[in-house]
Amino acid sequence: MKEIYLDNSATTKACGSAAAEALRIMTQCYGNPSSLHTKGLEAEHELKAAAKTIANAISASPEEIYFTSGGTESNNTAVFGAAKALCRRGKRIVTTAIEHSSVIESAAALEKEGFEVIYLKPDSSGRISPRQTEEAVTKETILVSIMLVNNETGAIQPVEEVRRIIKRSGAPALFHIDAVQGFMKMPVSVKKLGCDLLSISGHKIHAPKGVGALYVKSGTRIVPLHRGGEQQSKLRPGTEPLPLICAMAAAVRDYPDEREHITEINRCCRKRLSETEGIVINSDEQCLPYIINFSAPGIRSETMLHFLEEEGIYVSSGSACAKGHKSHVLTAMGLPPEITDSAVRLSFSDENTAEDIDIFTNRLKTGLRTLARSK
Amino acid sequence: MKEVILIKLGEIVLKGLNRKNFEDRLIKSLKRRLHKIGRFEVRAAQSTITVTPLYDDADMDEAVSCVSKVFGIAAFSRACSVEKDIETIKKAAGEYLEERFSEIKSFKVESKRSDKKFPLTSPEISIEVGTYLADLYPDVEVDVHDPEAVVTVEIRDSAAYIHCGVIKGAGGIPIGTGGKAAILISGGIDSPVAAYMMAKRGIELTAIHFASPPYTSVRAEEKVAELLQRVGEYSGRLNMYTVPFTKLQEEIRDKCREEYSTIIMRRFMMMIAEKIASEHECQALITGESLGQVASQTIGAIACTDSACSMPVFRPLIGMDKEEIISISRKINTFEVSIRPYEDCCTVFTPKHPRTRPVLKNVIAEQDKIDYIPLIEEAVKNTRLTEL
Repeated sequence: MKEIYLDNSATTKACGSAAAEALRIMTQCYGNPSSLHTKGLEAEHELKAAAKTIANAISASPEEIYFTSGGTESNNTAVFGAAKALCRRGKRIVTTAIEHSSVIESAAALEKEGFEVIYLKPDSSGRISPRQTEEAVTKETILVSIMLVNNETGAIQPVEEVRRIIKRSGAPALFHIDAVQGFMKMPVSVKKLGCDLLSISGHKIHAPKGVGALYVKSGTRIVPLHRGGEQQSKLRPGTEPLPLICAMAAAVRDYPDEREHITEINRCCRKRLSETEGIVINSDEQCLPYIINFSAPGIRSETMLHFLEEEGIYVSSGSACAKGHKSHVLTAMGLPPEITDSAVRLSFSDENTAEDIDIFTNRLKTGLRTLARSK
Repeated sequence: MKEVILIKLGEIVLKGLNRKNFEDRLIKSLKRRLHKIGRFEVRAAQSTITVTPLYDDADMDEAVSCVSKVFGIAAFSRACSVEKDIETIKKAAGEYLEERFSEIKSFKVESKRSDKKFPLTSPEISIEVGTYLADLYPDVEVDVHDPEAVVTVEIRDSAAYIHCGVIKGAGGIPIGTGGKAAILISGGIDSPVAAYMMAKRGIELTAIHFASPPYTSVRAEEKVAELLQRVGEYSGRLNMYTVPFTKLQEEIRDKCREEYSTIIMRRFMMMIAEKIASEHECQALITGESLGQVASQTIGAIACTDSACSMPVFRPLIGMDKEEIISISRKINTFEVSIRPYEDCCTVFTPKHPRTRPVLKNVIAEQDKIDYIPLIEEAVKNTRLTEL
């Protein structure tokens, strides 16, 4: 049975060069970058080279890159770090109702500490409106945290307009962008986006799990979450996980030129889904082509997921199962329960083919026939 | 000086001619469980079972935790075993109780002399040891009325034992003395507790789980396996039989009126469970139902479910509140696993308005819309065994 992996926004398969690079660092260049001897120096050179590769990919400079354990840590560091650094200048934080839980839960924790948090609601297309943002960002706002691409729908948020709004408002706010789902999948330039902080993750781009980075614009001060040694300008102390960091750099270097291919896959999949009776597509055509979210009202997400899995097709349930939480993203978009309960997310990589989409849609159609209540 | 565990038997001692049989079962389960930790001698004498490690660095903490989960034990003590000589006993008591005496302010000594050949009487032993300890630990006072700790010296045929404090055992009667029964386990909070409670009454368990892929997931099955492993710490290792249940559930969904679907599903479960249970020499079924908890757990619904099988069905939770059930599930460490959010077969096609007062005649009429006998046989045939 052919494996058809359509869950690349959850995580990706590591690419060969990333795996090889991790092995090379672990077995050959295993020194501690902070050690004074040549073995340490050699490791430090590798670390710097990796930072340079990552920096280039987002038009930053290497000193602005801080390696973390992944998207969650980058987001936590950005939100808590900015709030603690600027808490004397204001207590207001603006974010959205559709952020990743690592931002929403961090903001909620700050609310308990006395911060005021505004959660912007998206419209039914899954995007927040600039006008609403304008009303939310006041002079007391110290942090605005908005994602570049929503992880459930693929909706691209109007971050550049948000940046202009912050500027006009005269707020002292730092601007954080969670770019985990957009990194390498669309142009991401910190210069163009005009943000102060930006989170990225390795395992969404064919690097191993356990590594990510936070861009911190030079001159921006945030308070570290961890305390320890002098590594990474003390913002993220601890011995750098060099095998993972270098693997992430390798994944960036060898990232496939896939955007046209993905657009084609998306077009083909969108066409098949819209031709299928009983399917509602929740991601509109302006969404990042890597993600399509759809619902099959009447069939629970989890059931459809396991049904597809029987044929080796791996997707994600847009929402957790009935006993767990509903998707906060789809709920915030104002979608009714029959849509949120049955949502399925597809997310593509360069390995997916048009044939995969055919196999998937055929299996989906079988599922629609056999899984629905026949009454 | 050697540390041992002294075990007091529970209600076993009330058994008449069967007592030997109960004791043997208990010793057997103790031996089997302790075997995983190391080499221990388990011996019964004078209505006490003594667990003695056969090498020096035995993990006594592990052994104690293991003993605390064996049914048939009312109480036990960690004790120090020494030669029956009053000077040796005094010295050993001083050493053995050092840590305990650093935490307390008052104590008294009680003695039991079952070996009457020992030259001192019980009160004399208490005075000797008490005086010695009071001199050794001047910060700890003797208080015979309301002591913080009671030091017990037991002079038995085999040796003298010194201990300080009795630990409550798991209670119940030894596994295997109550026969064999099958627990229907879904993965919720209740069924593991029901399993535990029947194991406590000496029942050897076999587990039956219904899986409905793709409506239920592999994780739901793994969750049940993990629950059973935790129950197994009390009940002893058990086997899990997983029944493929999708076809029957789909048939019920497609052919029967929705408000009857839960009851019909439960009837099919009983029919299947009874067949599997009797294949494995079980004499009863066990479920985690509690009266009135959900629509399928009303008197009427239970009556309709029960009439689907002829084996007795034990429902140890029938009169318990959810809170009481949860507190046991926390005690036996299954709660955290039970609340993991995976669909189980009972929640897959839940009707909006289930019948709470079903009439058996109508239920059977609905059930008979399905040609279920071959489907039940197929489900039994395709049942998978997982050894935990």
